[in-house]
Amino acid sequence: MLRIEDLVVTMDGQDLTGDLVMQEGARVAVLGPSGAGKSTLLDVIAGFRQADGVLRWKCDVLADRPEDRPISILFQDGNLFPHMTIARNLALALRPDGCRLSPVQNEQVEQALARVGLAGMGPRKPGTLSGGQQSRAALARVLLQARPIILLDEPFSALGPALKQEMLALVQEVADELGALVMMVTHAPDDARRFAQSVVLVANGQVHEPVETEAFFKTPPAAFRGYIGQTTD
Amino acid sequence: MILAALVLAILTLGPIGAVLVRAGGLGDLAPGDLQALRFTVFQATLSGLFSVALAIPVARALARQTFWGRGLLVSLMGAPFILPVIVAVMGLLAVFGRSGLVNGALDALGLPNVNIYGLHGVVLAHVFFNLPLAVRMLLQAWLAIPAERFRLASSLGLTPWGVFCTLEWPLLRRIAPGAFAVVFVICLTSFAVALTLGGGPRATTVELAIYQAMRFDFDLGRAAVLGLVQLTLGFVAGLVALKLAPAQGFGIGRGRWVARWDGRGLARVLDFFWIGLAAAFLLAPLALVVARGVPGLLEGAGEGTWRAAGHSLMVALASTTLAVLWALPLATRRGELLSIAAIAISPLVLGTGLFLLLRPFVNPFTMALPVTAVVNALMALPFMLRILRPEAEQVARDFGRLGATLRMTPWAWLRLVWLPRLRRPLGFAMGLTAALAMGDLGVIALFADPDRATLPLQIHRLMGAYRMEAAAGAALLLLMLSFGLFWLFDRGGRVHVED
Amino acid sequence: MTPYMKAFTFAAGCLMASTALAETPALTVYAPDYFVSEWGPGPKIEELFEAECNCDLQFKPGDLLPRILLEGAQTDADVVIGLNTDVTKKARESGLFGTHGVALDGLTLPLPWSDDTFLPFNYGHTAFIYDTTKIDTPPASFEALLEAPDDLRLVIQDPRSSISGLALVLWVQSVYGDQAQEAWAKLAPKIVTVTRGWSESYGMFTDGEADMVLSYTTSPAYHIIAEEDETKKAAIFPEGHYFMVELAAKLKGTDQPELADQFMEFILSEAFQGMIATGNWSIPAALPKDQWPDGFKKLNLPEKVLFYSEDEAAAVRAEAIEAWRAALSQ
Repeated sequence: MLRIEDLVVTMDGQDLTGDLVMQEGARVAVLGPSGAGKSTLLDVIAGFRQADGVLRWKCDVLADRPEDRPISILFQDGNLFPHMTIARNLALALRPDGCRLSPVQNEQVEQALARVGLAGMGPRKPGTLSGGQQSRAALARVLLQARPIILLDEPFSALGPALKQEMLALVQEVADELGALVMMVTHAPDDARRFAQSVVLVANGQVHEPVETEAFFKTPPAAFRGYIGQTTD
Repeated sequence: MILAALVLAILTLGPIGAVLVRAGGLGDLAPGDLQALRFTVFQATLSGLFSVALAIPVARALARQTFWGRGLLVSLMGAPFILPVIVAVMGLLAVFGRSGLVNGALDALGLPNVNIYGLHGVVLAHVFFNLPLAVRMLLQAWLAIPAERFRLASSLGLTPWGVFCTLEWPLLRRIAPGAFAVVFVICLTSFAVALTLGGGPRATTVELAIYQAMRFDFDLGRAAVLGLVQLTLGFVAGLVALKLAPAQGFGIGRGRWVARWDGRGLARVLDFFWIGLAAAFLLAPLALVVARGVPGLLEGAGEGTWRAAGHSLMVALASTTLAVLWALPLATRRGELLSIAAIAISPLVLGTGLFLLLRPFVNPFTMALPVTAVVNALMALPFMLRILRPEAEQVARDFGRLGATLRMTPWAWLRLVWLPRLRRPLGFAMGLTAALAMGDLGVIALFADPDRATLPLQIHRLMGAYRMEAAAGAALLLLMLSFGLFWLFDRGGRVHVED
Repeated sequence: MTPYMKAFTFAAGCLMASTALAETPALTVYAPDYFVSEWGPGPKIEELFEAECNCDLQFKPGDLLPRILLEGAQTDADVVIGLNTDVTKKARESGLFGTHGVALDGLTLPLPWSDDTFLPFNYGHTAFIYDTTKIDTPPASFEALLEAPDDLRLVIQDPRSSISGLALVLWVQSVYGDQAQEAWAKLAPKIVTVTRGWSESYGMFTDGEADMVLSYTTSPAYHIIAEEDETKKAAIFPEGHYFMVELAAKLKGTDQPELADQFMEFILSEAFQGMIATGNWSIPAALPKDQWPDGFKKLNLPEKVLFYSEDEAAAVRAEAIEAWRAALSQ
């Protein structure tokens, strides 16, 4: 399980504090108003941002450097190197030293591409692909990285509803395949409902404990009601 | 990083230290030295201001207008910067001198002549040398603004002034102080140009005073003091410039050349006015250097000249390699600050200090070419970093996190991301280094080898032997080679940058 | 041949080459940079001297005295050639130079010379050179030059960075003495600019940027002999011209004293003297005029020669430069 204890993140304005426990293989949505610190929370987990507190994966304290953490992350944009082919971008998941892949590894890349519906797109460059295709390619790389934690920082927010739904289904498949814990920052309650088993609310400087999705939306916390436009009673 | 910085510090401060030790302490300044200091700072400030101020409209015009030959013009305009001083001065005089083109035209029109000699001549010459550099530094940054921003600006219906305030001013604020500092520091060590175009002892610079102290009076203590003063000035200039220039990015762009929406109508006319003016100002003296050199070159440059050309090429390539290896770990704010001092160090003090440091271990004569290569790399480092650092930081901002989650090794990062993403600025920086190394006289006064002259040295030798025509021919050869190297590297950095 | 064998033979070759070098004694001569270029006198001197000494003459170009002073007693130099009189005082005081021991009765200098440390090998005089196709009647005297109209354009060298520039201020000092600054003030409007070295000035002159250039009485010889061009002439002034002589000296601590002595003798030999005129475009120091190359016989040479001894020069130098600086800074 991923356990965050006594978290204190210093932010402009308001500090972010909280404690959090998430199980392996869980799908968690991170919801909350803009600027509440959703992305910051992901950055802290990924190791891009310093914070007080202890982060444990299983029993071990997470390493300091992001590259040493068992985490894949998809950002809002810039998930692919624009000057490299798709195949080359994916190859980095298997060979972080940038060396050539073995035939077996090449086969893995091809399979991963096929898995996300991009068979044969390997030699193309990201700029020649549509937004949806780029997201798929990035997801194929997550698949190849095969890490137990996947962080999604609104990577599909620019996609249309149908495409987004498709991607969420794909993420779910990939996560199931890897048995990975997925944390997804999102603005859309619908996405959370469709995708997540539980919801973490980030609001008013507080990271709340995960609540089972259905229960969360049945009796939304006051902080969340304001955000989605329901009047407080 | 630390190693590279250490080597840099040792090479910058070591020689002054060695000279100081040999002199047995700091010497006293001569009465004229303060005046020389004042003049030096004054002319360098003016030169820096004018170079950058003129570079702004020119770079802006080049950034938003496309026309046939634009690439070639941008490359060609870089040539003055890489010319050896003596050749450039001759070219400038052929245009602006008493019997130059400009006065010839004025005579024909019955107008009074202009006199180039004086402070304005010094500034004119320094602008001639440094305008191309300033233009290129600004242009580089301008092209780094994602075209989407300009599209956004035009969709918002921003006026030209609005575009300037929202997009271009932040850019200028980031780049212009650095460009000013580089030009200022280059002009600090000016000597022959300032004297010749300054018209006499009014235009005495600190470097001339160092020369006099070192070569004529053999007053090492005074030379070291002056060298330190010059170094401090350069360092302070660098510090101020970096303070003024906030390191802020423009976010990730598509890295693609998209035609600009602005710059039509009157703006287009104005843009071409600036481009034409800059091209005429920079290219006319070059054209005359070429014209003067053709007869000498056609007559046959002579075996010695070809050999010298070969040595210069070797030195240039070695310097470039060295400078790149040096620049990689130093492409940070602190690294740049450290390096900017390197241009402010007096070549004379550097040469003498290195001589004192190396002599106990090796024969200075056999070290002529290697020392020249190292010194040229050192001198080129600040330019390299000025060009590379903003872009390197941009790459780190855009892709650093992605690289980290992919657990890319440093070598893979360098090879697959850093170098490909920095191709354009790196090609430019390498071209500049190579060309500078071709044209530099380096430290030959103390490290000369009779059989291994470089091309600039050969030109001096030819002139010293009355062979002005052969010297003009060799100068043309030097110009072609420098420019050829510059062009190759610069072009190499620009192919396939569309995606 | 395998790569190893190749490497071995290469190494062996190097070894043999260096032992072969070690057998011929080497004489190290520091010389100014222009000396050793293919058009300078260096290669010719090397050829002639090596023919008679059975040794290896090695020129090391670059700064002369500054380098020797930096190196001190550990210097590699055995002989220095190409010194000017402006540095002899400092050089003598360093104690690094020994006596040359060469008989001076063969000298054909325009003034007596008895220095036992610094041996002259060629000379000339400062002079303003003009182009006869542009100036019909050059100023006939220094005074006439001062009084010439201000559109006469002169280019000179900086006395703080150039030896000929220094000779010029000493020239003015010796002609005008206390009135030097006034003389400079009259010259100032005619001076187009001051350059760092001789080359820049001369280049400006040949490019037509200036009407007259401060150079040497011997400069026209190059144009006469190498270009068959007799239009470049030195304006000769009855007030006299400053004497410029180039010198050689032997290092006291030389490890090749016999070779060094032989070289010093060689400097005044006919072989050396006969070649130096066209080698270094200067008048040989020990060769009667009838043996000069024809081009040199055509030169305008001054009747009167001005010269400060090194002590006198040291005494007036600062004052002479200051007169120049003050007048031209107005």
